[in-house]
Amino acid sequence: MRIGIDVGGTNTDAVLMDGRNVVGWAKSPTTKDVSSGITNVLTDLLKKTQAKPQDIAAVMLGTTHFTNAVVERKSLSKTAVVRIGLPATSALPPYIDWPEDLTAALGGIYYLVHGGYEFDGRPIAALNEDEIKGVASQIREQGIDCVAISSVFSPVNPDQEKRAAEIIAAEIPGVKISLSHEIGRIGLLERENAAAMNACLSHLAVKIVQSFRDALAGLGISAPFYISQNDGTLMSAEFVEKYPVLTFASGPTNSMRGAAFLSGLKDAVVVDIGGTTSDVGVLSQGFPREASVAVRIGGVRTNFRMPDVLSFGLGGGSHVKTEPLQVGPQSVGYEITTRALVFGGNDLTTTDIAVAAGMVEIGDKSRVAHLDKELVNHALTRMWEMIEISVDRMKTQAGGVPVILVGGGIILVGDSLNGVSELHRPEHASVANAIGAAIAQVGGEVDRIFSLDTTPRDKALEQAKEEAKGRVLSSGALPDTVEIVDVEEVPLAYLPGNATRIRVKAVGTLAVD
Amino acid sequence: MWSVTHNDIEAIAIGAGILGTGGGGSPYLGQLRMQYLLKKGYSVNIISLDELADDARTCEVGWIGAPTVGIEKIWDGREPKWAVEALERYIGHPIDALLCSEIGGGNSIAPLEAGALTGKPVVDGDAMGRAFPEMQMSTHFIDGAPCNPSAMVDEKGNAIILDHLVDSFALEHFARPLCVQMGCVGMLALPLMSGAQVKKSSVRGTLTLAKQVGEAVLRARRTKEPMMEAVLSVTDGVELFAGKLTDVQRRTADGFARGEMTCEGLGTYRGETLRIAFQNENLVAWKNDTVVACVPDLICLLETETGEPITTEQLRYGLRVTILAIPCTDKFRTEAALKIVGPAAFGYPDVTYNPLPKQAGIGIE
Repeated sequence: MRIGIDVGGTNTDAVLMDGRNVVGWAKSPTTKDVSSGITNVLTDLLKKTQAKPQDIAAVMLGTTHFTNAVVERKSLSKTAVVRIGLPATSALPPYIDWPEDLTAALGGIYYLVHGGYEFDGRPIAALNEDEIKGVASQIREQGIDCVAISSVFSPVNPDQEKRAAEIIAAEIPGVKISLSHEIGRIGLLERENAAAMNACLSHLAVKIVQSFRDALAGLGISAPFYISQNDGTLMSAEFVEKYPVLTFASGPTNSMRGAAFLSGLKDAVVVDIGGTTSDVGVLSQGFPREASVAVRIGGVRTNFRMPDVLSFGLGGGSHVKTEPLQVGPQSVGYEITTRALVFGGNDLTTTDIAVAAGMVEIGDKSRVAHLDKELVNHALTRMWEMIEISVDRMKTQAGGVPVILVGGGIILVGDSLNGVSELHRPEHASVANAIGAAIAQVGGEVDRIFSLDTTPRDKALEQAKEEAKGRVLSSGALPDTVEIVDVEEVPLAYLPGNATRIRVKAVGTLAVD
Repeated sequence: MWSVTHNDIEAIAIGAGILGTGGGGSPYLGQLRMQYLLKKGYSVNIISLDELADDARTCEVGWIGAPTVGIEKIWDGREPKWAVEALERYIGHPIDALLCSEIGGGNSIAPLEAGALTGKPVVDGDAMGRAFPEMQMSTHFIDGAPCNPSAMVDEKGNAIILDHLVDSFALEHFARPLCVQMGCVGMLALPLMSGAQVKKSSVRGTLTLAKQVGEAVLRARRTKEPMMEAVLSVTDGVELFAGKLTDVQRRTADGFARGEMTCEGLGTYRGETLRIAFQNENLVAWKNDTVVACVPDLICLLETETGEPITTEQLRYGLRVTILAIPCTDKFRTEAALKIVGPAAFGYPDVTYNPLPKQAGIGIE
């Protein structure tokens, strides 16, 4: 059996799964230190299900810890950025488009050195090893031990980033290095930003992984544990220590993966209705569709893979104002159990409307019996319209689409929605996120520009696919289960030599038990 | 004369995005570069056409290359200055003032950077009053500006002079492969023009206009006043439509992104359909199968809620957009110019250009 945990902003959810069966689940408030919230929810889960710690083969965890650290500018390490690109790139140095307070939290230290590549792999300049040694000793003298390295067109050729990392590692004992080509895509500033954020989380990652480890050990669970990434696959504890940034936005991803698992649908729109907001995402082949534009995290533009999610202010705790009618975005949030009318409070919420309409029985329904019928109907129509508009914005073609509803707030939705062909409310929908975390798959990706004049298209595709599969295997997947889930080819405008960007993604089932 | 501020650059970038009519590339990196120069203490003065001496020497500064490379191989930053200096060395005379080739999109900012780095003023105007995909689609070239000599530089300092080219097609023919050798990003300084020529051929006041458009958007976001009215009040345009994109078809032809989009009406436009054909920029708009606007007039897509300009690469199903039409410069409305920038030049010989009505004093001159 395995356990899936999702640490959200409000609640920490956990499920116990045996193969494809949900054995049981538990919910508990998220705590400030995160790990005691995990201990609470697991204690509850083990008690409810009567499972023994030694029966647990693996624990999968989704966490917002690292996103929050960046958003709140807390527990971030001083980080030096080394950019390999001179004589190009000095027009815009590292940290150029960051909010000042976040730059200050990282120290804002950077170095530009010679090197980098052209789009076709020609070097812009040779790597100057003495120059890098000099930079490394300056970094060491300032007592900085987190370094992000970026190089122009490193997704085409990562050699210079790797060589620079070797030199710096030799000069600074114990240094933690993040390489941009391992994290982001083409788009130097955005990729470098992601690498710098990853680097500044290096020490926190070690600490957090240890606290998770301690929490599990405290309950007698000795199984290996894995952390969810934002593409719906898992990484090992050792891996998350190196790439904490890949956990960003794993919450919505887990909800979508859980929705796919529970409903059996691979292509659908997922609406996750929480207490304060709802997230709408799109499943394509069982995985979340990725955002195609730069995504801002903590005010910083990044371009690494992130789920394409549209959030809007509708949840089970959203305020309903009557004159004029307005739903959200204010919400009573986790205080719903004291502030909503049906729970004896004084705030009219969306949950009260659902109870008044007879859609669900929660709390004391006599406390909403006085509500005007027309008002209730108008409010319901408005709530459903909010969902309909968001679903419509996210779908990629005209016509009805299947929608999977998950999250605690699905009680707000009636039997049908406009623009929706089928409405699914799978069992255990309120813990879809934790179930999504427990789906044990690992992935690997290749994103590179190939010149189809020198490498025939078939060969380039084959090469990219083999490399992606190799990455999945090295992450611990069962060889028989590895498959290619996504291939994207983009011919590059204005480029000669038939240059094409090829992106391949493979996934496989993790060898657990 | 006015001196450009940090906030002006933000406004110009938004305005240039809107005047880009779906193309012209993103001004975002240009905005960052120019704001960084200002932060380092550089400044640049904008002068009106009237402040330019008839015998002044001027040239345009702008970049050519692949946008995908532009976001990866960031500039040294001094390329605009080097391009101007290379041309000065070749002709043996200093250049007095700089020009913008294309106010729509990314090339709105390059001349400002050149001005900041060389200390030369930048003339408030450009050669399009919008964005267009090809070099000859310029009021300067339509009026016979010379394509010789020109200078092209890269971030390594390589500088190349092109001279004695037989025509602007030869320029395109030689400049493209050179640009590839430069790593697909090159900075051009051309054409050389006298102040008198500029006064005759340039579209007047377009830097100021881009700034006003951007300021209108920023103000509307702040005060929540109606976004589109704010934009229309400074551009003398009309709202064609508001709705939701329901279909986007694309194909790549001759190195250009061509395609067509369909928009279904919302609000007062419910039940109606607007169709737009594009080639990098938006070309022709049909409302219920009747042409309501076409090149060279501007067809601009804005996100309804934020006023953010939508480029043709960003088009996708479900976007809520408002479509504005803005009258183009009179210099594109002559018979000679329409042969180069009218609907027929873009493959729509059956579409007749009916100029959008315009009034003097506001919008594009």
